Amino acid sequence: MFDLTGKNALITGASGGIGGAIAKALYEAGATVGLSGTRVEPLEALAAELGERAHVLPCNLSDKEAVEALPKQAAEAMGSVDILVNNAGITRDNLFMRMSDDEWESVLNVNLTSTMKLCKGVLRGMMKARWGRIVNISSIVGATGNPGQANYAASKAGMVGMSKSLAYEVATRGITVNCVAPGFIATAMTDKLTDEQKDKINVQIPTGRMGTPEEIAAAVVYLASSEAGYTTGTTLHVNGGMAML
Amino acid sequence: MSDIADRVKKIVVEHLDVEEDKVTETASFIDDLGADSLDTVELVMAFEEEFGIEIPDDAAETIQTFGDAVKFITEAS
Repeated sequence: MFDLTGKNALITGASGGIGGAIAKALYEAGATVGLSGTRVEPLEALAAELGERAHVLPCNLSDKEAVEALPKQAAEAMGSVDILVNNAGITRDNLFMRMSDDEWESVLNVNLTSTMKLCKGVLRGMMKARWGRIVNISSIVGATGNPGQANYAASKAGMVGMSKSLAYEVATRGITVNCVAPGFIATAMTDKLTDEQKDKINVQIPTGRMGTPEEIAAAVVYLASSEAGYTTGTTLHVNGGMAML
Repeated sequence: MSDIADRVKKIVVEHLDVEEDKVTETASFIDDLGADSLDTVELVMAFEEEFGIEIPDDAAETIQTFGDAVKFITEAS
């Protein structure tokens, strides 16, 4: 089950904790992977660790032209893009009353607009192939909201609405579009929290712990597989029961 | 019939799975040939590849009939 041999996957934000785990899991399932991100060094290191089916495709998602060029570069490197995982995201937290236009726009641009552009860029190939998988990494806060994160939550909720609309449009072409919404995931970022802070978070999670990047990656592998062909327009919440939606 | 019209007709017949004699000058892709909106997008993609041209989105919207397509492509290529 979930054999991705012969499929080519483009993953944005592959230099991060969750993106790296997604790339690894897709690779282990047999896919060729295009690792995109802003920092070249960790991408190179990940590609070296994975092996010859890994390609490094640096891209700064706040650069409009670079975003438009990425699907073409990925198709050139791998032959096609059969699976797109929009995982890259940024935060610029601030209280709503204090949030600047720049904080709002930069988060919406990178998280939502670049996702839309990358989807658009890979659709032509997927429509011709009559097969495609798009997995957009949303967030629990897109559904629940979070103080200080109006911009981030809006971008992640926007992703869900966009994915559903696109899922409608391309369903007859064998293309599925879904979201994965992680809750609290243990990454380099959460390692910096004190034990006390971690305890406070963990009591809000029924499973009593944070999730792992591998648990997000497993959800992505499922949605990227041929077996998930009847699953489209949905959001898979992977949050330890923190919000049962 | 011109060479361009023949090639356009071949794409339409294959893509929409319709009889060749139904593809007349005024035949509308959607109203007469059973295309849905996504089919029209795919037809434009196929025309672009066949003729090595670029059809911008605003121009693509004006291509509603077989005749429209032949006219646009003849002018563009």
